[in-house]
Amino acid sequence: MDFSTILTYMYTEIALVGVIIAALLYDLIAGARGRKYFHGVMCTLMLLFIAGTVWPYQQENASIFGGMFVYAPIYSIVKSVLAIGTLLVFLLSDSWLRKPDTEFKRGEFYVLTLSTLLGMDFMVSAGHFMMFFIGLELASVPMSCLVAFDKYKHNSAEAGAKYILSALFASGLMLYGISFFYGTTGTLYFEDMVPMINGSALQILAMVFFFTGLGFKISLVPFHLWTADTYEGAPTPVTSYLSVVSKAAAAFALMVVLIKVFAPMVEYWQTLLYIVIVLSITVANLFAIRQKNLKRFLAFSSISQAGYIMLAVISGTPYGMTSLVYYVLVYMVANLAAFGVITAVEQNSDGKVNMEDYNGLYKTNPKLAIVMMLAIFSLAGIPPFAGFFSKFFIFAAAFEQGFHVLVFIALLNTIISLYYYMLVIKAMFITPNDSPIATFRSDNSTRLSLLLCLAGILILGLASSVFDGINLYAFGM
Amino acid sequence: MEYYLIVSTIMMFVGIYGFLTRRNLLAMLIAVELILNSVDINFVVFNRFLFPGQLEGFFFSLFAIGISAAETAVAIAIIINIYRNLRNIQVRNLDKLKW
Repeated sequence: MDFSTILTYMYTEIALVGVIIAALLYDLIAGARGRKYFHGVMCTLMLLFIAGTVWPYQQENASIFGGMFVYAPIYSIVKSVLAIGTLLVFLLSDSWLRKPDTEFKRGEFYVLTLSTLLGMDFMVSAGHFMMFFIGLELASVPMSCLVAFDKYKHNSAEAGAKYILSALFASGLMLYGISFFYGTTGTLYFEDMVPMINGSALQILAMVFFFTGLGFKISLVPFHLWTADTYEGAPTPVTSYLSVVSKAAAAFALMVVLIKVFAPMVEYWQTLLYIVIVLSITVANLFAIRQKNLKRFLAFSSISQAGYIMLAVISGTPYGMTSLVYYVLVYMVANLAAFGVITAVEQNSDGKVNMEDYNGLYKTNPKLAIVMMLAIFSLAGIPPFAGFFSKFFIFAAAFEQGFHVLVFIALLNTIISLYYYMLVIKAMFITPNDSPIATFRSDNSTRLSLLLCLAGILILGLASSVFDGINLYAFGM
Repeated sequence: MEYYLIVSTIMMFVGIYGFLTRRNLLAMLIAVELILNSVDINFVVFNRFLFPGQLEGFFFSLFAIGISAAETAVAIAIIINIYRNLRNIQVRNLDKLKW
């Protein structure tokens, strides 16, 4: 085997490993003075990494390492979407990382975050269940370290314990499912497994176990119990990373496995997904109404968004794949804008994250309030913003495959979600408050991140070339 | 072969039962380890009895053991961190984040 094929098809991962090594070395060599520029150096490196890998170089599908690693142009697009999300998280995490109790371990934050990104990349382009499993674990083990990052805070430690124990449990169930697939088919390669899958009772059981493991990562409803606690306890930039990048990668990997490997069992997994979608959207919406803490609120909102993402998966068509990637991109900018505002307010007001703290925010910090409003409009799917178009494509993809009732239930839930999204806007603009959060100036890096998210919210929906561009590559998964 | 599978299935469900009923974080961690070990038994047994010509199941179980060791290390680090914050590791004390 010659090495040029590895470089041709695995360039994203190799470049990412390079960035990780550079971060480790910089942390080691730079010393206290150089570490002041750590943030700028990391963001520049990420920018170079994204610029180098954003558009797929190879136009055909290929597999290397005997089929363990699969390359397809659409995978490359997904990886660049994930990398852009990571860069935005880096930008908005700066003000948190500059605080004295996290200052000395900021190198760890970058390295751990990039390791999870590497794991997600491998998970997305896996062609073998071992590769898939290693990618999943590489994405979830450093993630639990990130959740428990503020180690002297009770909340963060508690969230970390809840996350790692449920992650272990879910991956144990997933492995149990994979072991039965191995027992019934005799192989672990995705390609070789397809003709051996016949929908026997044991395989259906195995598929349900396997689905549990990924449903945990995406936080769909029967497996969502860790979500709200972990989101509330984790440091806010980590929460934003969890809610966007990690969720998107797992959703995409689930779609790839369901379509490629479990194609012969399509009616079984569509039934399974049907139930899970209805449950996730409805239950999460009802729980979101009664939340007082904004981070918990966004946690439940992200569970219901995960239900919408699954609408693209259930269709199982290339069109569904395109709308999945597009939805993830739009959801990412909107959610990161909301979390960016929460981070800015939390860092500048001694950790205020409750909804009543936001009363009258418009009076003191009008710009932040408007960013939050636009992000929430986009999450709720109000027409001129990108969120409307992404929801539209998702519904169209599911409708096309004949899931009429399901789309109708999802539409009803959109209306319910509008109610609780509006509660936040009401708090910021209408509810009077004697002592609102004082006016503050957020730092440049947060501003840049919010500006990029805002541009995404406004432009992604109107520039049809984005959707078309993704659609070009969504053939033959 | 059936006998091995019976053992692994019992281990799996003992693990699930333990995870749901234990009230100590370390006991929960041990229960999860039972689940992971039952998976390793499954892989090795399937490979040895059903597909004796190949090695895929053996390799998978080796990797699963290695990765679960890494996960356990992280989980124990987090549990120690909780012990430093709270001075005990009972689940009932982890109730600050609720609803």
